[in-house]
Amino acid sequence: MDKRPSLLELRTTIPAHWYWGAGMSLIALFLLSWVILSGLGLVSRIFLPSPLAVGQELIRQIESGILWQDALASLYRITLGWLFSTLLALPIGILMGNFHFFEGLFEPFIDLVRYMPAVAFIPLTILWLGIGDTQKFAILFIGTFFQEVLMIADNVKTVPREWIQVSYTFGLNKWEVLRKVILPAALPGIWDTFRITLGWAWTYLVVAELVAANVGLGYRIMRAQRFLETETILLGILIIGFMGLVTDYLFKLTYKRFFGWAIQSR
Amino acid sequence: MNASIPKLEFEHVWKRFSLARGRELIAVQDVSLFVQANEFVSLLGPSGCGKSTLLMMSAGLETVSEGVIRVNGRPIHGPGRERGVVFQSYTLFPWLNVAENVRFALLKSKLERAEQDQQVELYLQRVGLREFAQAMPNQLSGGMRQRVAIARALAAQPEILLMDEPFGALDAQTRLLMQDLLLQVWQQEQTTVLFVTHDVEEAILLSDRIYVMSARPGRIKAEIPVDLPRPRSLLETEALPRFAELRQQILALLRAEVQL
Repeated sequence: MDKRPSLLELRTTIPAHWYWGAGMSLIALFLLSWVILSGLGLVSRIFLPSPLAVGQELIRQIESGILWQDALASLYRITLGWLFSTLLALPIGILMGNFHFFEGLFEPFIDLVRYMPAVAFIPLTILWLGIGDTQKFAILFIGTFFQEVLMIADNVKTVPREWIQVSYTFGLNKWEVLRKVILPAALPGIWDTFRITLGWAWTYLVVAELVAANVGLGYRIMRAQRFLETETILLGILIIGFMGLVTDYLFKLTYKRFFGWAIQSR
Repeated sequence: MNASIPKLEFEHVWKRFSLARGRELIAVQDVSLFVQANEFVSLLGPSGCGKSTLLMMSAGLETVSEGVIRVNGRPIHGPGRERGVVFQSYTLFPWLNVAENVRFALLKSKLERAEQDQQVELYLQRVGLREFAQAMPNQLSGGMRQRVAIARALAAQPEILLMDEPFGALDAQTRLLMQDLLLQVWQQEQTTVLFVTHDVEEAILLSDRIYVMSARPGRIKAEIPVDLPRPRSLLETEALPRFAELRQQILALLRAEVQL
């Protein structure tokens, strides 16, 4: 029986042109509705400016150098804030994933803190650290570190026990097993954890900048709100989304490059 | 070396696992057995009979609750390079190619680099995978991966090779080819092997002696010497009348054991 395969079969891949076509169509539909809603004047431009107005705002910000200044400030904060979190989460996560003792030591404390909302620490961090970069680092750290540690510990735990055992039979000691087997085996998973936590860091950065800052992409949005500059708000959101997309893509690209073996081996 | 001292010896070995509420499970009950130098011995039994636990204990990867395990007459403490292990699951490191995986066994060896290269090449040749030296594990079939794992274990030149159902995850046809290959390799290497399996034919074909085990608690039920001529091969050995007799004898022992 020759039956044309349906596009909706459980766990079945569909032709690439359908797969990508569907995704692109949804984005196109989204943009088109924006153009129609704003262009036909169905919605006031104070609520929804046209894509053209947002484009003009983009050119204005590029020409005046504001965009560059804001993006740099935000990038600086997210890079350092995320690095602080990661540099601490990496060793502690690795210790927790490998040694029951360290799991017992850290997990109760981390579980306690990680349900405290990072955003609620904003007033406290302003009180302690002011509204400068240090306060942004603190919020980024509180927002990402505690989840990141647990994810890295889990990445380490996925390394099969037999890989460790077989290494022992070749005479390696535990530190050699850690360095030569567990770390290389866990690295692709850890890399993915980096990608995911950096995504969260973007969210926390913008929240921190929305509340208190004098430069940065989040600050620009907050300022625009006061003057009802809706196109600036929309532009800010789009730029943050775009930068998040780029960092995500960079991590995916480097993953493929470094850990090709992990993609094919189920 | 004194011939009366076995290569590997279990003396009244027990393994207990503690369960919830102070109860305990006896996985291995009072097992005594031995493997002579250059002997091929199998542990045969139904799943849950503790045969893998015995093997892991002799590898030093599982603790002994009571009793002693000796290698060359000396009690073992943890894993050691003189005991190589081949696992049922695939244990090649996917980020290393085939040659690098085999070389991994020589990390703690005192051989010079050039000698290590020779060693890697020699054992890849033994398992018929020399031309796959640069391949990555995920490009290999299951049977090929286990061949590399065997080459890697042998490259460390252990005195005893411990094999935990190494062909258990392979399809039936590949399994038969691997048995033939292991016979060849063992006859070339003249090494000591302790082999865990639940496959009666496999145990008879490969072994000099078979310990038949019973389950819950795991005990040695019988010791069967396999008086079949060597060198053996799959086609010729399995056609011998004595092979069928041994098979009947062992199946009868196991049938009493496995009741549905």
